Amino acid sequence: MSDPMVRFEKVTKRYGALTVLDQLNLDIARNEKVAIIGPSGSGKTTVLRMLMTLERINGGVIWVDGEPLTHMEKNGQLVPANERHLRRVRGKIGMVFQHFNLFPHMTALANCMEAPKSVLGLPKAEAEARAAELLEMVGLSDKKNHYPIQMSGGQKQRVAIARALAMRPKVMLFDEVTSALDPELVGEVLNVIRKLGTEHDLTMLIVTHQMGFAKEFSDRVCFFYDGKIAEQGPPDKLFNDPANERTRQFLSAVLEAG
Amino acid sequence: MSIWDWSYVWDALPLLYRGGVVTVQATIVGFAIALVLGLVFALIRQSPNRYISGAMAETIEFIRSTPLLLQIFFVYFVGPQFGIVIPAWTAGIGVLGIHYAAYCSECYRAGIEHVDAGQWEASTALNLSTARSWRVIILPQAIPPIVPSLGNYFIGMFKDTPILAAIAILEMLQQAKNFGAENYRYIEAITVAGFFYLVFSLVASTIVQSVSFWLKRRYHLQ
Repeated sequence: MSDPMVRFEKVTKRYGALTVLDQLNLDIARNEKVAIIGPSGSGKTTVLRMLMTLERINGGVIWVDGEPLTHMEKNGQLVPANERHLRRVRGKIGMVFQHFNLFPHMTALANCMEAPKSVLGLPKAEAEARAAELLEMVGLSDKKNHYPIQMSGGQKQRVAIARALAMRPKVMLFDEVTSALDPELVGEVLNVIRKLGTEHDLTMLIVTHQMGFAKEFSDRVCFFYDGKIAEQGPPDKLFNDPANERTRQFLSAVLEAG
Repeated sequence: MSIWDWSYVWDALPLLYRGGVVTVQATIVGFAIALVLGLVFALIRQSPNRYISGAMAETIEFIRSTPLLLQIFFVYFVGPQFGIVIPAWTAGIGVLGIHYAAYCSECYRAGIEHVDAGQWEASTALNLSTARSWRVIILPQAIPPIVPSLGNYFIGMFKDTPILAAIAILEMLQQAKNFGAENYRYIEAITVAGFFYLVFSLVASTIVQSVSFWLKRRYHLQ
């Protein structure tokens, strides 16, 4: 793939003796929506966490928007990135977490204003306008002065999406964002993600257990198994006619469970 | 001679008042040092460099494991032997502050470790600087829950101030004792001093409770 938005190049991640990801190669095109599925422990969440620089990698290089993320160039060589480089490049990436991770001592609006103000240096009025606009987009204008404790899980997760978008990332990462929600609240969050996909130029990586959503929303599905991509392809192909025996087993187990 | 003679109370009051002022000053200045230095200790302990955090942990352990009186003696009496002469007041309050800073730092640590790791992850994902994350995200969540235990140390320190008498600082209890010695009559002065300690402790614990309540409301915790 020429000029990918994100490139994993032989990326290895180990926890002690356990290899979680083994020489992962994965290119993600600009504006591509990629769903990552697989059994737990297959390394799928680790992919997002490495890209968000929440985990250090043990080998390989991750590239974002044409420049190395985990490394930086020094005298024509790639050396591990320092904090300054990380801060600059990871500004292109936003992430939404399974457990929301909203700041509990701030209102919805303040949650969305903090980073634009202190990181991007936006004046307060501008940060507030941006935050209000995004909260409206996720359908929470009336909750902007509420604290996280006063909101439902679905509402919290929508605030978390608005908060990440306020930094104008080019890549958005969704880490099992509906797994902690009551079933009746899953839809409102998925609707927001759908809307993002159609209305914004965003590259999106979604780790999910919602197979229906993965199938309908993504351009490509990657099935992770045992630290490797066991199979990847367009959702129609992967869900209806999987080539890999592991994929078939996983899908039938998941679909059986409903 | 009656058991209780009010005239001794009136005679002792000016001295007790003077001593009381010293006691309260020592407590407030000492605790201010403990609060600030304790936080600094706690933050150094969180350093990603394990030599730095390890050295800090050992230092805290050392301070906590030796008696306060010994530390005061060391600074005040051993120091001059090496040309380090510190006035009694500075030495006393300084050591009191440092000693309690070690205890407070453990409180802060408990508070910091209680904050969900997801808060750090969100801060990183939003690209907040480390300093900003500490100041705006982590500490506002870490500190309100530990105010009651910090308050216990505040009162504990207050009750430890008589130790300052060992380096000739005339705090309240020492004044009471001196008064007793001069008049061969201890009961009034010691009792009244005890009454003042009690009142101050009760007032302080009320203040601590209000601060704790106010902080929790201010930061919408629980």
